[in-house]
Amino acid sequence: MLIPVLLGTSIIAFSLIHLAPGDPARTMAGEHASQQVINAIREKYGLDKPLYIQYGIWLNRALHGDMGRSIVSNEYITKEILDRFPNTFELALFSMILAIIIGIIAGIISASRQYSALDYTFMGIALFGVSMPVFWLGIMLMMVFGVFLRWLPIGGRIDIIIPFHRITGFYIIDSIITGNFAALISTLRYLILPSIALATIPMATIARVSRSSMLEVLRQDFIRTERAKGLSERVVIYKHAVRNAMIPVVTVIGLNFGLLLAGAILTETVFSWPGIGRYVIKAVSVRDYPAVQGCVLFFAFAFVIVNLVTDIIYVYIDPRIHYR
Amino acid sequence: MERKRETKAEELIRRFKYNKSAAFGLIIVLIFVLCAILANYIAPNNPTPSPPELFKSLKPGFWSEDGLKEMPLGTDALGRCVLSRILYGARVSLSAGFVAVGIAMLLGITFGVIAGYYGRWVDALIMRIVDIMFAFPALLLAIVIVTVIGQGLDKAMIAIGIVYTPQMARIIRSSVLYIKEMEYIEVQKAIGSSNWRVILRHVLPNSIAPVIVYGTLMLATAILDCAALGFLGLGAQPPTPEWGTMLSKSYMYIVSGAWWAATFPGIAILLSVLGLNLLGDGLRDILDPRLKT
Repeated sequence: MLIPVLLGTSIIAFSLIHLAPGDPARTMAGEHASQQVINAIREKYGLDKPLYIQYGIWLNRALHGDMGRSIVSNEYITKEILDRFPNTFELALFSMILAIIIGIIAGIISASRQYSALDYTFMGIALFGVSMPVFWLGIMLMMVFGVFLRWLPIGGRIDIIIPFHRITGFYIIDSIITGNFAALISTLRYLILPSIALATIPMATIARVSRSSMLEVLRQDFIRTERAKGLSERVVIYKHAVRNAMIPVVTVIGLNFGLLLAGAILTETVFSWPGIGRYVIKAVSVRDYPAVQGCVLFFAFAFVIVNLVTDIIYVYIDPRIHYR
Repeated sequence: MERKRETKAEELIRRFKYNKSAAFGLIIVLIFVLCAILANYIAPNNPTPSPPELFKSLKPGFWSEDGLKEMPLGTDALGRCVLSRILYGARVSLSAGFVAVGIAMLLGITFGVIAGYYGRWVDALIMRIVDIMFAFPALLLAIVIVTVIGQGLDKAMIAIGIVYTPQMARIIRSSVLYIKEMEYIEVQKAIGSSNWRVILRHVLPNSIAPVIVYGTLMLATAILDCAALGFLGLGAQPPTPEWGTMLSKSYMYIVSGAWWAATFPGIAILLSVLGLNLLGDGLRDILDPRLKT
């Protein structure tokens, strides 16, 4: 299942350049390239050969980490993506943690107090959450906390006046291992608003699914038995019901990663976050096709990996599922 | 005693009345549809005055004394009335959503029925393509398509339509698979009806409920994604009054305190999507109680 999907996505990414209007060699060389450069590219990428051979050459290069060079910056695309990956990863991870913790807690509380005022409040907020345009929410957060209250910075990754040593590329890790406390605080402050914006939709979905899954479990016989046994409500809910209710929640978390990546494109654009989402938009707007190809492959790859991880997690939370 | 039998439509209306959130959603959606239809009559100003009236740039609305009387929600950077642009924007955004979902339905129903009805390798092939398309986040795939076919509102609608096709195809396929095994289909085959007749007269009408439900929910995300493409500069191009484009052209001015030009178009997106989500969830409960969560 994994391999055909990855091959399929690579075909889509590959055909991008060939479907785009114009000669692929000229497209890859950029608008102002000389005829010599175009010829060199045509030779290097085998663009005079049949399509399936071209695809083979391209895939072979891609598998060896060579996605070609960006038309705009002339840097290796693999390097450009790897430079930006830590930023997107930190943003996505932070948002997902936020969404999972708050979403699940809200769902459990809502389910254990069904039809209470708290339940209605949480589910009302969640309903707005799933309908929220992330980019607008980002702008609103920026406006309230950045512009009016001035509590948090409105965009970027770290305060530019703070000296910072790049080691792994992960700002949080780098500032911890270099013991740079000022940088850590600064980079976390820049992280808060984008992660809240990005977390909203998955948080709302997780809360809704946790609630309905919990309600389902709470209606089952074994819960009645436990209550009849005299176990306290706390033990019944947190020890027995929650564990059984988490399986659909994990599915939803996995599915939401795709939405999170799409949301990252928008959030990064709003907050000038130097990640892959913003990179792909810039690449699209200047028609930097090789760069778009690279990002597309990267995103599809990330999505497939996340689905794989979700499947593995199932085995841990539900012992009934076995992989042969 | 004779009891009046209610028709299907009456039954639906009755169930609708009991489902408060669906009715609320319907009201919101109807208000937006009315705004879109009547934009010519109710908008106080021209949404795209040409040449731009720059002396009216970024004026606040009714809440402030510095505001202009004829611009209740203030003006944007080019001195255009935000309210009028939102009203005309309803027309652009709603029709964009409808067209995108229409494309998705047309393609999705075609592929879904073919896959579900004929089965075997046709099914396998179509479903593998669907799986591959699902490996992309919807917005990213739309961006990829727009990169190839070019930018603009019409292209964005096509892109979103294509992106939503696999979802629709999967839904149709599963309901066709279920209906195909019913006895009345067997009867039709036995009396010698052609495949097309069976599909058009019997399979499709019976799988219409999930299409309506998911079509409504899809309309909500289509509007959201269309606005997102507009916001990224890949969808509707200025000066088209489209909600996402309006946001992208005005959010940099919040730094100077002009919050209204970026706030109101977003509220319009949020409310229309919310209305459609409520309506879609309600329709699901009403039309297809099996799916109720």
